[in-house]
Amino acid sequence: MPTSAFLTDASICIGCKACEVACKEWNHIPDDGFNWTGQSYDNTHALGASTWRHVLFLEEKQPMGPQIAGIEEPFRWQFLSDVCKHCENAGCLEACPTGAIVRTELESVYVQHDVCNGCGYCVVSCPFGVVDKNHEVGTAFKCTFCYDRQRDGLMPACAKACPTRSIRFGHLDELRQEAQVRVKELQNRGYNDAQVYDPTGSSVGGTHAIFVILGEPEAYNFPPAPEVPTIHLKSSWGAALASAFVVVLVVCLAFAL
Amino acid sequence: MAANPKITEQRLDALREEALRTGKVQDHGIVPVGGPFPKPASEVSYHGNPVLKPPTWTWQVPLYFWVGGVAGISAVIALVAHLFGNAGLLRAGLWVGLAGGLISAPLLIADLGRPSRFLNMLRVFKLRSAMSVGAWTLSGFSAAVGLAVVCHELILAGYGNNFWLALEWLAEISAALTGLILASYTSVLLGVTAIPVWSENRRLIPIVFLSGGLGSAGAVLELLGFLLPVTQFIGFVASAFETLVAIVIELRGRYVDRPLREGGVGWLTRAGAALGGPTPLLLRIFWGHSSMARYVAAVCFVTGALISRYAWIAAGRVSSRDPQALFRIQRSAPNAAAH
Repeated sequence: MPTSAFLTDASICIGCKACEVACKEWNHIPDDGFNWTGQSYDNTHALGASTWRHVLFLEEKQPMGPQIAGIEEPFRWQFLSDVCKHCENAGCLEACPTGAIVRTELESVYVQHDVCNGCGYCVVSCPFGVVDKNHEVGTAFKCTFCYDRQRDGLMPACAKACPTRSIRFGHLDELRQEAQVRVKELQNRGYNDAQVYDPTGSSVGGTHAIFVILGEPEAYNFPPAPEVPTIHLKSSWGAALASAFVVVLVVCLAFAL
Repeated sequence: MAANPKITEQRLDALREEALRTGKVQDHGIVPVGGPFPKPASEVSYHGNPVLKPPTWTWQVPLYFWVGGVAGISAVIALVAHLFGNAGLLRAGLWVGLAGGLISAPLLIADLGRPSRFLNMLRVFKLRSAMSVGAWTLSGFSAAVGLAVVCHELILAGYGNNFWLALEWLAEISAALTGLILASYTSVLLGVTAIPVWSENRRLIPIVFLSGGLGSAGAVLELLGFLLPVTQFIGFVASAFETLVAIVIELRGRYVDRPLREGGVGWLTRAGAALGGPTPLLLRIFWGHSSMARYVAAVCFVTGALISRYAWIAAGRVSSRDPQALFRIQRSAPNAAAH
């Protein structure tokens, strides 16, 4: 099967949350507690065990593209649907000690809930803070990339439900090109801060969910240079083994002196 | 830029004057007070919300970090004691190692979301996952130290022959090697994560955990009555390392280390450092001849090492909540995305 991917475009998201609802309905995800966060219209707060699509509501003191704000404070209201990035080098997959997290033939990253024993190591190993443990069920959950739907030739529920085509689903290579075209178009129309969020240059090695955003990645809580934690294996084990060597030396000295 | 200047006549005059003089107005003009403007999000993070997820580990995990450290280093002490012909420390070290191994497994299993699936840890072996390496190491260590205890006790009971002696040596060497990994892999477990305060201290945590394991193993043996020069030396070196680490954390003053210096967790870290570092160090230097002082030093060190492990996990929780800790590291990294 070809490499499928999401392209999510902040510039045409209307914040309707149809993706969140469609995801919950299709995947039978429990509710998030019906909490009011006080953060614009965002009441699901962040991606997590029960939120696999998360619509962000950004309120910024910046002009929206070519908008003229007059003498008032410039202001823009932006929306973006966040999702698991399905990294090329996935921190969660590398960390998983049971082999519950696997790479599928669609190149997505999938948690097998019947294998996961809830050790929680994937939770602290995801550089995007996506996967989390459901404390009632006891295992880790995140976006499945609608593995079941894709196997049957259907697009993921969120992309299907999106009324503005802000969530695009397709082949990764094509979507990467489309993202570049879209950013050019936005910039030509005065949206100078439009850019693609697609961390290919870092150790994550690119993702299967790319985004068109206005402004800096930090405003969307996207890490500007995400790294897969396993790049630190060498320095960590190096320090650990050096310390262990010193311990042996100290114990030998203790007996010899 | 001036933030939210109030509507005043002076401000309007200043704007008119600037417009007259330069032909345009550079700064923000007037914000209608109480106008229907929602509170804007911070420019540099999403509502200040965490980017990362906090660790889900329960109270058993830091306790296991400590128990595993004591058990692993005890096996090392036992092997070296055997080499130097110290029969008392050999036997005690093996038993402490076995006890630690036996306590560790239930602690780890209790932390799992699905404890009944703990054997899934042994479905695969992944060198790239410290958690996998740890699960296998603990299994191997428990088996090796258990075998060593059995051989040792058989020989002591008079059933020994060359076979059991050779097996005991083999088991002791295996227990010491896996014990070293058992005591140190937990530091790699923290270092190889996305949590800023752990990942940025990946070269320091091994020193913390191994000196803590070394000193705690020595302290446990002291509390068992082994007030020997050996345990005194071990306790002295370990608390010296603890003191050095605390000084490094305090003096380095990095933003990412703020959870270790500020707030409740900062004081928890300091309390652990004070109990594990200078307190036993001074007791051993000035009152080293008094057995009471050595018992107090041992209890202090053990308490300090335990607190320190809880503090490191708690610091990770605090660090995961601070998006700026993550952004600062990545923006200063050489391969941060160029804009």
